[in-house]
Amino acid sequence: MSVQVRTLDDLLHAPLDADSELTTQEYLVNMGPQHPIAHGSLRVVLRLDGETVKHVIPVPGYVHRGVEKMCEHLTYRQIIPYTDRLDYLSAIMNNWAVAKTVEKAANIPTNERIDTIRTIMSELQRLQSHALWWGVTGMDLGAYTAFLYGFREREIIGEIFEETIGARLTMNYIQPGGLMYDIKPDFAQKVKNLLPYLKGCIEQYETLLSGNVIFQERLRNIGILDGKHAIALGCTGPVLRASGVPYDLRAVEPYGVYDKVNFNVVVGEVGDCWDRYYVRLEEMRESVRIVEQLIDNIPEGPHATIRYNEEIILPEGLHYGQVETARGVFGVFIASDGKNKCPIRLHFRSPNFNNLWIVTAIASGWRIADFISIQSSLDLVIPDIDR
Amino acid sequence: MGAKGQSMDTKSLLALVVSLHPTVQRRANADRLAIVVPVDDLLEVMKTLRDHQELKFDLFVAHTAIDQIEANRFELVYILSSTMHGNNIYVTAYIGRENPVAPSMVALWPIAEWQEREAYDLLGLLYDNHPDLRRVFLEDDWIGFPLRKDYRDPYMLDLPK
Amino acid sequence: MNTALINMAMQTTLAAIEPRTIAQRAAESAHENLWITAGYFLAAIVGVALLLSFLGMALIYIERKVAAAFQCRIGPNRVGPWGLLQTVADTLKLVFKEDFVPQMADRTLHMIAPFLALLVPVVLLALIPYSPALQVADLNIGILFITAIGGFGVMGILIAGWSSNNKWSMIGAMRAGAQIISYELSATLALLVVVLFSGTMSLTGIVQSQEDGWWIWRGHAAGLCAFIIYLVASTAELNRTPFDIPEGESELTAGFHTEYSGLRFAFFFLAEFINMFTVSALTATLFLGGWMPFHIGDWTSFNSAMDAIPPSIWFLGKVTAIIFVIMWFRWTFPRLRVDQLMHLEWKVLLPIGFANLFIAAIIVLANAYPYPVAGQ
Repeated sequence: MSVQVRTLDDLLHAPLDADSELTTQEYLVNMGPQHPIAHGSLRVVLRLDGETVKHVIPVPGYVHRGVEKMCEHLTYRQIIPYTDRLDYLSAIMNNWAVAKTVEKAANIPTNERIDTIRTIMSELQRLQSHALWWGVTGMDLGAYTAFLYGFREREIIGEIFEETIGARLTMNYIQPGGLMYDIKPDFAQKVKNLLPYLKGCIEQYETLLSGNVIFQERLRNIGILDGKHAIALGCTGPVLRASGVPYDLRAVEPYGVYDKVNFNVVVGEVGDCWDRYYVRLEEMRESVRIVEQLIDNIPEGPHATIRYNEEIILPEGLHYGQVETARGVFGVFIASDGKNKCPIRLHFRSPNFNNLWIVTAIASGWRIADFISIQSSLDLVIPDIDR
Repeated sequence: MGAKGQSMDTKSLLALVVSLHPTVQRRANADRLAIVVPVDDLLEVMKTLRDHQELKFDLFVAHTAIDQIEANRFELVYILSSTMHGNNIYVTAYIGRENPVAPSMVALWPIAEWQEREAYDLLGLLYDNHPDLRRVFLEDDWIGFPLRKDYRDPYMLDLPK
Repeated sequence: MNTALINMAMQTTLAAIEPRTIAQRAAESAHENLWITAGYFLAAIVGVALLLSFLGMALIYIERKVAAAFQCRIGPNRVGPWGLLQTVADTLKLVFKEDFVPQMADRTLHMIAPFLALLVPVVLLALIPYSPALQVADLNIGILFITAIGGFGVMGILIAGWSSNNKWSMIGAMRAGAQIISYELSATLALLVVVLFSGTMSLTGIVQSQEDGWWIWRGHAAGLCAFIIYLVASTAELNRTPFDIPEGESELTAGFHTEYSGLRFAFFFLAEFINMFTVSALTATLFLGGWMPFHIGDWTSFNSAMDAIPPSIWFLGKVTAIIFVIMWFRWTFPRLRVDQLMHLEWKVLLPIGFANLFIAAIIVLANAYPYPVAGQ
């Protein structure tokens, strides 16, 4: 038996090697919690030898809010708004994960209309999230202009959400047994007008950044992660698919109406930063395709199958549901005792928490600038790591 | 890879696992196959689940624990998926609350290192042979483990009944 | 050194008088009346201050408007007409901000560094021929002086990074040191091409040598090649995107000026913009004929129409065009990595620069210009 508990100080005060040929001195720097690459407040302690990264110690927790503890005192409907605030760029998909788990456990039915609207909204949000990510990656690599282009598309999709949902960021839209609000009559038309524009934007992204020789130099063959390691390191979403593993919950265990639409699971070949970049761009194209196939035939029907104030009590036992968000598998694990309105234990399986740690495996040996590329290509949202 | 659906149903999956490890039992009340494993056999069973040709649970989806304070024990929950066969499984094990030591899965799935750190941080579970057992979210000098049911701190308010 | 500035205003009157540099005027008056010399110096100091603040604000305003245009935005438009007073407001804000020095910093060096950084571009302003009548000092070793003083510019950055006692600043300063010193080689090689062509190191002499055609297209490809090398190398010396690794925001927060605030930060900022102006002015002078108007062979009517535009307008127009190109770089390119940057310099630009210099020497020796040049 060897249980040894350590602290961060033990790591930071460990002797630093002077092991390079010129006997240079290694040093530690804190990248974050306040740093432009932190995109929020993620602290990463880097052990550097000159410009070369020797070791990476991520120190999350600066936005830990104890969501799982709070959820133990909340009803399932009250939990939904909390999920908006985890991965705020995939708010609707997070809502869906809770709703899906609760619906399956409590046998709450949905209908075609609900499923279709949920799918459309999720794909729009995936587009929004990837557009923002594209801009932020550009900014991280020094192309500040890209940032504003990415934000432009994000705002335009935000208008669509705002009209239906009344919010641009914290949606609280998908509820157990339905949707918070029905779509507006001109929703379909507006989305249809938006799609050709978004297609044009994706082409614009390609001409703005993808073809740039500096940009490619910064991403190609940087931070290579092969499929086997990617699975063992628990990463999901575009990061896993860029490593060549076609694991996409939308295709593997379809939910909503994903089994009725045609789309490709985009995979990369090398697993470097460039593949992670390109997989996301291609995913945007696939998302446009999915919305295109659905938007013309939204079935009629009620937008909720149960009343909003209906009491939901899950049967005793373990319940788990997962969806594919813009960053990977977001899972909700609920343990219920079958008597209370609240879960006795609720655990969010966060894609960002699991994706974060691959930096420890792939970032050492690269330069500081490559570390930026790697972290940027993981598309991390910090509140989802810390919960 | 990435085949739609699951390669075998719950029953045959259970039968296969039980035939390999007779100590394994089915855990009732779960939305997918859940097995209870004696904590001493946990590492062996997990290794089989990962490596057996027809099981291949290569994705360590999530790990957490439930504080069952009335029974004075923690229920460890491991959620595994197979990216090859599309199967899902819960593996559960019980450990006592007084000395909550569980075997570490880091040797099998590297990601377990951080998921176990999270469980240590929030629930106070200890992991045998864990390479880097540190708090992950809270500060190193935090007292107590917040997700335990009996956790109190001076600023906590009682839930109004 | 640098009265250039006042003279901007006095330029129309001066144009009528026989071209003399300000330094010459001051030296002449010293024989007659020391008060006049002192007056020249006073005017010079006021002039420099005015020019610097005007250039700084104008360039920052232009940069913001250009950036906005690239990014589908409007840019500053609230303070004053078309947002013209925005930079004034920003400057006032910077003046009144706390001048913060970190506790463990080397206080003296921390204070000095911004001034050192600003000194170099300001000194170089003195050498630039703004028009036939407007130049502070026309050194016969002008190019040598520019190279020597220009190399000093890295000192301010190195001292700033070292004295801040901050690891990010230190990394930024070290990057800046490596980068600026490396790229100076290429820049100097490109300058030498022009020296070979024109046969003089005096900047006015170089401008006058371009009366029949600018060096950018008169030396076969060698002039164009030198122009491109100089533009790339001097963008790198300016620490601007795609070569802004010393202050790469997403990597080093703000690089060597992470620990600077208020007016001292403003000095670094100003230094960057004045530097940009100096570099553009030198590029225009060396490769684009300075204040020389654009002439085409024997199209006399076209040429006389071109001559009607005052030389200083020609000069400013060329400088503006180059400044725009440098801003264009900044708002469209991502940032290079440090080793890619070194690779570009030592394995690409430097060999090309040497080959280019060699070719230029052959062109000059064989007197093989595309068309005959008067006086050579």
